[in-house]
Amino acid sequence: MSKQINVALIGNPNTGKTSVFNALTGLNQKVGNYPGITVEKKEGVCKLPRGVKAHIIDLPGTYSLNASSLDENVVIELLLNQNDKDFPDIAVVVTDVENLKRNLLLFTQIKDLQIPTLLVINMADRMSYKGISLDIEHLEEQLHTKIALISTRKNEGIDKLKQLITNYKDISVKACLDIKSIDTNYFENLHKAFPNQLLYKLWLVITQDVNFGKTSRNDFDAVSDFKTKSSADLKRLQQKETIKRYQYINNVLKAGQTIDASKAKDLRSKLDRVLTHKFWGYVIFFFILLTIFQAIYDWASVPMDLIDSAFASLSEWTKNMLPPGAFTNLISEGIIPGLGGIVIFIPQIAFLFLFIAVLEESGYMSRVVFLMDRIMRRFGLSGKSVVPLISGTACAIPAIMATRNIESWKERLITILVTPFTTCSARLPVYLIIISLVIPEGRFFGLGYQALTLMLLYLLGFGTAVLSAYILNKVLKIKSKSFFVIEMPNYKLPLFKNVALTVIEKTKAFVFGAGKIILAISIILWFLASYGPGEAFNNAEEIIRTEYASEHLDEAEIQKKIASHKLEHSYIGITGRAIEPSIRPLGYDWKIGIAIVSSFAAREVFVGTLATIYSVGNDDEETIKNRMAAETNPTLGGPLFTFASGISLLLFYAFAMQCMSTLAIVKRETNSWKWPVLQLIIMTVFAYIVALIAFQFLK
Amino acid sequence: MQDNLSELKRGEQAIITDVSSIHIPLKLLEMGCLPGNPVKLVQLAPFQDPMYLNINGSHLAIRKETAAHILIEKVTHE
Repeated sequence: MSKQINVALIGNPNTGKTSVFNALTGLNQKVGNYPGITVEKKEGVCKLPRGVKAHIIDLPGTYSLNASSLDENVVIELLLNQNDKDFPDIAVVVTDVENLKRNLLLFTQIKDLQIPTLLVINMADRMSYKGISLDIEHLEEQLHTKIALISTRKNEGIDKLKQLITNYKDISVKACLDIKSIDTNYFENLHKAFPNQLLYKLWLVITQDVNFGKTSRNDFDAVSDFKTKSSADLKRLQQKETIKRYQYINNVLKAGQTIDASKAKDLRSKLDRVLTHKFWGYVIFFFILLTIFQAIYDWASVPMDLIDSAFASLSEWTKNMLPPGAFTNLISEGIIPGLGGIVIFIPQIAFLFLFIAVLEESGYMSRVVFLMDRIMRRFGLSGKSVVPLISGTACAIPAIMATRNIESWKERLITILVTPFTTCSARLPVYLIIISLVIPEGRFFGLGYQALTLMLLYLLGFGTAVLSAYILNKVLKIKSKSFFVIEMPNYKLPLFKNVALTVIEKTKAFVFGAGKIILAISIILWFLASYGPGEAFNNAEEIIRTEYASEHLDEAEIQKKIASHKLEHSYIGITGRAIEPSIRPLGYDWKIGIAIVSSFAAREVFVGTLATIYSVGNDDEETIKNRMAAETNPTLGGPLFTFASGISLLLFYAFAMQCMSTLAIVKRETNSWKWPVLQLIIMTVFAYIVALIAFQFLK
Repeated sequence: MQDNLSELKRGEQAIITDVSSIHIPLKLLEMGCLPGNPVKLVQLAPFQDPMYLNINGSHLAIRKETAAHILIEKVTHE
C-alpha cells in the first residue's frame, strides 16, 4: 500500500528553503493560493525510498511563530489546525549554517508544538570558509531531533534528508522549553482552565490575537476570553520567553558548534563596502538598471522578430489550408493574431523576471533597500518600497503583495497606491511597438535611441511614483508607528535551478493569465469587426463599386476600399466612431480608441486588439508593426502613428490605471474600495490630461 | 558607560543592556536584539541612516530612531 506523508518546509527567509523544496520536488510542483487570501502556496510531490511518497508544502519564510504579516500567519494557522488536510506529519525546519543561532529560535517553537520536527542545516559548503565545525551527534541529542547536514548548492545530503523524512516516526516530540517557567502562576491557571490542551498552543493563540488580530479557531474560541493580563504584560512575557529560548540555544551551541574566526574569509564586508558605498553604491545600482533595460530591448529583439514573422506565416498558412469561410477567418484573423500579440512578449518578460530573480537570490536587493531607505523616507516611503517598485516592473500584482513586509501602515499604503505607476510588463508590449514606430533607430554613445526612450519611460514611471508618494505623504493623515528592520543576508551566487524555475513559473502565469483574456477579447472583437448592422455594412461592395465606378481603379484597390468601408460600418466601427471625438484631441483614431477601451481589462490587450482590427481590414502587410505603420490619420492625412501621437499614447499608457486585477488586489490588501476607486479615477484623468497636452504641443 | 545604540560608531562593539519592549517590536527581539547580546556597527548607510548592524551574529539594518530605544554599554578595546 502506498502512503503519503505530509511534509511542511519551514524556515527563516534567506536560508535556502526554496532550494531545498526544489531539490526535493524538481518539476513536480505547483503554485497556487491559500483559499481566500493571496498568499502564494507552493506544494510538490517527492518520491521517498521504499515507494513512499511525500506531499511537500513550502510555507512562507518566517522568523518566528509570532506572525506579523499575512504570509507569516499562514504558517501558524496551519500548525495550529490539526484538521487541515495539509497538517504536517513532519515539520522540516531549514536553517543556514552561518545563522544557526537565530534560525534555531523558530525550530524550538515548532518543536514545542509537539510535531515531529526535523532539522536541516543548509549551506554546509560554507562551513570551511567560515571556520565553522559542528558536533552533529551532540546537537541531535540536545535538540531531541535528527539532523540533515546538506548543501543544496553542491546537491549533497538530499538522499539522507529523504531517508530521515521516510522515518519520521522515529523523531522525538519532546519540547525544548517548559513554557510554564516564564510565569508559573499564569500557566498553572491556564492549564486548569483547559486541561486537555497543549499549553504552548494556548499561549500562541492568546498572543497571536495580540500580535496579529483575531482569527477564529473552533477548538480555541474560549481561549480568547482567557485574558487575565494586559497586552503590555503579555508582550513582556513574550520577551522573557524569547530570552529563555536563546539561553537554551546558546547552551546547546556552546558544545555543539565551534567557530574559528581566524579561518573565516570575509567576502561580505568587502562587497558591502563597495555596493553600499555612498557614491559607488548608487552608481552601481544605476548601471544594473541600465543593463536590464538594454537587455530587454536589445537581446530580446531577435527571438521577438522570429515569433512575429512565425505568427504572420501561421495566419497566412491557415488561411490557405482551411476552406474559406467565417470559421477560417475567425482563426486566421481573430485568434492567431490575438495570440501572437501576447506570445511575442515572452522573451522580454522572461528577461525581466530573470533579472529580478537574480537580484533577489544574490542578496543584492537587501543592499538596495538599505541604500535607499533614507531617501525613500523623505517621500513617505520605506527602503522596502524599493522592492515593490522594482518588481512592479514585472507586474503590479506580486509587487503590491510584496509590500506586506513594510512595517508601517502609512508607508505601506502609499507604496500600494503608487506602485501601479511603475512600468509593468503589460505596458512593455505597448511601449515597444509604439517606440519602434515613432522613434528613429540611431545610437547615442552606444545606446540605441529606442532603448533610451524605453529607459526614460521606466524612469518616468518611477519618478511619478515617487512624486505622488510625496504628495500622498503630505495629504494623508494617518498616524502609524514608523519601524523598519531588514536582514542583510549573505551574498550568494544564484542557483541556476532556482532562477530557472522562478522564470518559468512567472512567465507561464503571465502568458496563461493574460492569454485567456486576450483570446476572449480577440474573438469578441473579431465578431464585432466582421459584422455590422444595416445597409452600409451589408451592401458595402455595391456602394463602393458605384461610388468609384468612374475612377477606373484596379481590382485590388477596390477590394481594399470595400474592406475599410465594411470595417467602418461594422459594430466595432460604429462604437469606435462614437467615442472618437473624446480621443481625437489626443491624436488617436477610433481604432486606437477601441484598443484603449478593451485594454482597460488589461493593458497588454492593446496590441492584440490592434492586431485583430488591422488584420480584418488589411491583407497586404503581414506583421503587426507593418500594419500599424501603414495606417493613415483620417483627419490630418499622413501616417497615423507620428512622433506626436506616439508620444501622447506612450504617456497615456504610462499613467492610466488599466488593470482590473491590480484594482482587485488593492481592494483586498487595503480592505476597502476607497483606495482602488481613487486610484482608477485620479490616474486615468491625469493620463488623459498629460496625453492631451503632449499631443497638442508636439503636433 | 550607558549609551543608546544610535550613538555607536563604525567598527565599535557593545553589549546590549536594556531594550524598551514598548518601542521595540517582538520581531527585532526574536532576531537576537536582547539584553546581554553583543552588537557591532558594520556600516552606516549614506546620509547616516539606517544602521547596518551585527547583532548576536545576525546581520540586520534598522533605523536610528529605533536604535535610540536600545541601551548599550560600549566594549573598550585595550
